[in-house]
Amino acid sequence: MQQKVDGRAGYFGKYGGKYVPETLIYALEELEEAYEKYRNDPEFLEELDALAKDFVGRPTPLMLAERLTKKWGGANVWFKREDLAHTGAHKINNTLGQILLADRMGKKRIIAETGAGQHGVATAAVAALYGKECVVYMGEEDTHRQRLNVVRMKLMGTEVRPVYSGSRTLKDATSEAIRDWVANVEDTHYIIGSVVGPAPYPRIVRDLQSVIGSEMEIQSREKFGGDPDAIVACVGGGSNAVGAFHPFVGRENVRLVGVEAAGMGIESGKHGASLGEGKLGVLHGSKSYVLQTEAGQIVEAYSVSAGLDYPGTGPEHAYFKDEKIAEYVSVTDAEALEAFTLCSRAEGIIPALETAHALFHAEKIAKELGAGKNMVVNFSGRGDKDVEAAAEALGV
Amino acid sequence: MSDAGCVSSAFGEGRAALIPYLTGGYPSLDGAKEVGEAYIEAGADIVEIGVPFSDPLADGPVIQGTTKKALENGTDLEYCLDLASGFSGRVPVAFLIYYNVIFARGVERFLSEASDAGVSGLVIPDLPMDESEEFSGFAAKAGVSFCPLAAPTSTDSRLDEIGAAATGFVYCVSVAGVTGARDSLPPGAVELLRRVKAKTSAPAALGFGIGSPETAAEAAREADGVIIGSKLMQIVDEGGPEAAGAWLGKVKDAMSSVGARG
Repeated sequence: MQQKVDGRAGYFGKYGGKYVPETLIYALEELEEAYEKYRNDPEFLEELDALAKDFVGRPTPLMLAERLTKKWGGANVWFKREDLAHTGAHKINNTLGQILLADRMGKKRIIAETGAGQHGVATAAVAALYGKECVVYMGEEDTHRQRLNVVRMKLMGTEVRPVYSGSRTLKDATSEAIRDWVANVEDTHYIIGSVVGPAPYPRIVRDLQSVIGSEMEIQSREKFGGDPDAIVACVGGGSNAVGAFHPFVGRENVRLVGVEAAGMGIESGKHGASLGEGKLGVLHGSKSYVLQTEAGQIVEAYSVSAGLDYPGTGPEHAYFKDEKIAEYVSVTDAEALEAFTLCSRAEGIIPALETAHALFHAEKIAKELGAGKNMVVNFSGRGDKDVEAAAEALGV
Repeated sequence: MSDAGCVSSAFGEGRAALIPYLTGGYPSLDGAKEVGEAYIEAGADIVEIGVPFSDPLADGPVIQGTTKKALENGTDLEYCLDLASGFSGRVPVAFLIYYNVIFARGVERFLSEASDAGVSGLVIPDLPMDESEEFSGFAAKAGVSFCPLAAPTSTDSRLDEIGAAATGFVYCVSVAGVTGARDSLPPGAVELLRRVKAKTSAPAALGFGIGSPETAAEAAREADGVIIGSKLMQIVDEGGPEAAGAWLGKVKDAMSSVGARG
């Protein structure tokens, strides 16, 4: 059982697996072997740590959000400042570790999918750092919504390929990246952007993102002398949440709360709440909760935040949900925009719209916990990329 | 099911079986029936029906396009089962179907319905050996053949497993890549066929990228079956079912000219 929870067998309970074309099995096995070889290799870890420090700027701070603490009148509100990581979000923790693996596997070419563009930018950055050819697939629709990030990727030498199939968003960009990988499996490494996809990706991405939780654990002891009473994080694919939760899994004293996108409201059908509303299914290589029709056709997710706009979620979250290791709720576009404004004005930090979902629900958790307790919001990213969308939505 | 309806009955006549593919519900719900009829008329040994799925990972642009159109036409599993039962009395029928469509239906229910409709073979591109053990057990019970994929990147030990699991045929993927017509037979294709045939007595059919009668004939020298999809869908798109049937007839002739193999 321990092995299953660990994800080593490729499964988290009944979730996960390798539902991919036969051609890719070879690449997944190669990746798994490389990961087993290097995950505890001192030289690998030294290189990763040095770059995490100098290139990414880790450790990211754990900051007391005093004005929100006062305003909400409950638990102390702490921000784990992943927005201060290089390229502006937690995504770089994963891409950095994976580029080191790709380099050791002798892969010359990197591919990735991206929705909001944050993972694409984080991939472009590490590809430039290691001198790799890089292609990022992005839904055509998203290349317009997130033009700024398209430019950032291009500036770092990455080719951005717009995807015209399907709904022209993240789901289709992911499918297209997988198709590229099938055709170029010999010399190409696919850096997937979240704790999704076929095994061993959900485990590798989780481990690389767990730096968030590990730092948080040390910083919590320094700042308030113990574990947080609750950790709140947004969940699209779920990598920032898994990374923040992971070291605390199994500790009864820490409440783990994941916040999905309720979009225009769950009842509208336009949302991204795969854990709350999805059914068990297979998408992009793993079995998890998926937004789909009765007949098993995948449906479009919707959220004002492009990073939560995905119809699936990581298999480990599905497992956490079933085992009640974490609790999952959802927050609408309107609520997220409210928290977006509030945080910008109260704390002088413009959060990513993804993060704003976690912030909105954090108020409730802070009040439930009460004064004297400590709640950490995983501040997954900064909101620069969202200013146009927010200006439009808020009439700024 | 009688032997005549089994996918495996289409092989072993000393010549390569001709296996044309069609997307269920493309170009229209009625049009797909005409496509299948044209295939049978042209001498198809097995008709492979693609059951449309919203996210066809293993497919290139042509079949992505036909799939999208088919879904817009209202194609669903019921329709595809019905389509299959219209052909299955005359020629063995296989489904190419992504796993989520099966999973959503319920594995055992799906297999029983497929069997009732005369679907005798299943190709599931996203269900590799790692995930198929339980499924192939149920398939065997339902009397529906499992046709696993083998790729140029498959190791010898995987080919052992694939060969042992194949109750219908082994679907040999000619090239590391997605579906789509190519100009010539990829160099690794023949090698893969030989490797597969050394491992199993199950028939080895070659698919992905076969786009001309000449390539089909070349494949027929080594393969027990030749699967053609994207090229036919292109022809259906340009000239309708009749044109597809006429082209398939040329393929059949070219393959026959290779002659009987020992």
